[in-house]
Amino acid sequence: MTTAHEPTIPPPRRLRPWNAVERRLARVGITGRMLVLVAPVLWLLVFFLVPLLVVFGISLATKQFGRPPYSALLSTEEGTVQLTLHLSNYIRLFTDNLYVAAYLSSIRIAAIATIITLIIGYPMAYAIARSSDRWRNILLMLVILPFFTSFLLRVYALTGFMRGNGVINQFLALFGIEPLVMMQTDFAVYVGIVYTYLPFMILPLYTTLVKLDVSLFEASADLGARPARTFLSVTLPLSMPGIIAGSMLVFIPAIGEFVIPSLLGGPGTLMIGRVLWDEFFTNTNWPRAAAVAMAMLVVVVVPIMLLQRAQSAVVEK
Amino acid sequence: MAKKPQLAVDTRPWRDPKAKPFVRIRNVTKKFGDVTAVNDVSLDIYKSELFCLLGGSGSGKSTLLRMLAGFEQPTSGTIEIDGQDMTHVEPYNRPVNMMFQSYALFPHMNVEQNIAYGLKRDHMPKAEIAARVAELLALVKLQDYGKRKPHQLSGGQRQRVALARALAKRPKLLLLDEPLGALDKKLREETQFELVKIQESLGVTFIVVTHDQEEAMTLATRIGVMNQGEIAMIGEPTDIYEFPNSKFVANFIGSANMVEGVVTEDEPDHVRIRSAELGCDIYVGHGVDCAPDQILWWAIRPEKMHVSRDKPEGQFGANVTKGMVEDIAYLGDMSLYQVALDSGKRVRVSQTNSIRGNPDAITWDEVVYVSWADNAGSVLTV
Repeated sequence: MTTAHEPTIPPPRRLRPWNAVERRLARVGITGRMLVLVAPVLWLLVFFLVPLLVVFGISLATKQFGRPPYSALLSTEEGTVQLTLHLSNYIRLFTDNLYVAAYLSSIRIAAIATIITLIIGYPMAYAIARSSDRWRNILLMLVILPFFTSFLLRVYALTGFMRGNGVINQFLALFGIEPLVMMQTDFAVYVGIVYTYLPFMILPLYTTLVKLDVSLFEASADLGARPARTFLSVTLPLSMPGIIAGSMLVFIPAIGEFVIPSLLGGPGTLMIGRVLWDEFFTNTNWPRAAAVAMAMLVVVVVPIMLLQRAQSAVVEK
Repeated sequence: MAKKPQLAVDTRPWRDPKAKPFVRIRNVTKKFGDVTAVNDVSLDIYKSELFCLLGGSGSGKSTLLRMLAGFEQPTSGTIEIDGQDMTHVEPYNRPVNMMFQSYALFPHMNVEQNIAYGLKRDHMPKAEIAARVAELLALVKLQDYGKRKPHQLSGGQRQRVALARALAKRPKLLLLDEPLGALDKKLREETQFELVKIQESLGVTFIVVTHDQEEAMTLATRIGVMNQGEIAMIGEPTDIYEFPNSKFVANFIGSANMVEGVVTEDEPDHVRIRSAELGCDIYVGHGVDCAPDQILWWAIRPEKMHVSRDKPEGQFGANVTKGMVEDIAYLGDMSLYQVALDSGKRVRVSQTNSIRGNPDAITWDEVVYVSWADNAGSVLTV
């Protein structure tokens, strides 16, 4: 057997002009990788950080009549620039029971709704993850389908079900059952939140559950674990990332929810989203509304950061 | 080296017709929709055996193993383990443990917790669990790795954790699905012997599924060759290699030269086969169950043939043919010659390189004679 000397093929050369441009840009510190990173950073800066700072600025002003309806932070008087920061809005948040009660009530309602969503969503996500390939896509589609209609419309449609002479009560009347009062109660708010946010719970749960290796469940059964034990010892701990992600996606927007409590809730349903609306549109107290919003941010962000730190600590272990 | 194993060599219960099998698979069929994965398989496996199910992908070997573990239910037939009907018993109620191909270690538990998982399910006291886990870690030589998570272990270490976990409950029967499949060659060879040693010292019955015939040969007391959902042959490794019962087994295990021929003499003490492909007669020195003029196949292993420059004394005017060396593969310990016979048929002959750097070795394009002994090949009718 003879080995022929194959001619060595030179590596393909890149286009020359582009090379030169790239080198010149790199010298100034502009590389392709940097450009890719700059775009999202710029977006967040313009549409998230700057508006947030504006809101923070307004929260330090006081209400006044006119346009805009709040005092300026900077004022020039006799050649000196004055920076006036009013902390009264924040002080008011702690002294007025209304706000504290609204925050606590929002957190309570959001937390209970999240737990209900988890209890309903977990079996659904599990069933989808374990169904055959053909069914899986259809079922996932059904989960996402509600998003194709307006959120407002869907919540409004719920009133048709739950009101005094709504579908549910008409059905109950067939069996001679007295009509139930559902509208304008906390119950209706829970129904609304759970119904609206269920897909946000199911999707992250599904992505974690579908990745779990079936042989782990088989190994557990093989070692003598009944199905319930397998669920508690293997399935549940391994789906924790999905549970946390799904719960966050439901809990955080549910705290600030405005539409659902105002359409379905009663006068007794106290949620911070409604308080904010009232401050802003009814009382036209922009600084107070801004302070409520900033405080809400802290209320929501702090637990998330703590949770994330705990989670990464678990992963490192 | 360890003492010569007693079990594998001296006790062969399958040779004793009165011996009671430990695992009895009776006419088991498994269908997935229209596809028949396992077709009417009957198989007896004896206590302390290391039985290998060998077959290509889709041969039904894994399905059979999963039915033994209880993950699949047979469409028909029964499975008996230690005298008890297990056909429809749930996996968690079977005295059987399995080592998975992917190992299936619980990623959120450390090594100790993984091994203790089965023991906890039996509600064993904590102190006993700790003692048993320590014992198993010593068995698989992972004493210092108890607190590690599976992702902090190498492939070989994970394989040993999986083995320890499967052995923890002292199962009567251990099922191993491609136990060495994920290891690299060197590690696999080391682990093979370790696995046999552990099996012999514990006396547990092992059923191993593998597609690697070398692995099956090294590990097994007996091998069941599977093909398209059926058992093609059951036998000790030597039976399977030296006395294949069909063309499929002869081709699947090792390499074989296969030729077609016609029976010209059919005597009780010998058979003569005329083969146009070989260009000579084949003289088989023992009686064969066949009829004159029957067309059949004859298979011979490359190492059972001999190449030489001079024409050897052919026995009974047969068993010698002529050809030209077309290709040589030098493998170090031996060389593999591909010889083109006059009929155009190519046969492979291997020769041990017993002389160091032999300058007079047979080389390319030489005309050579290929010869074999009268009992070297197998006559196959199916």
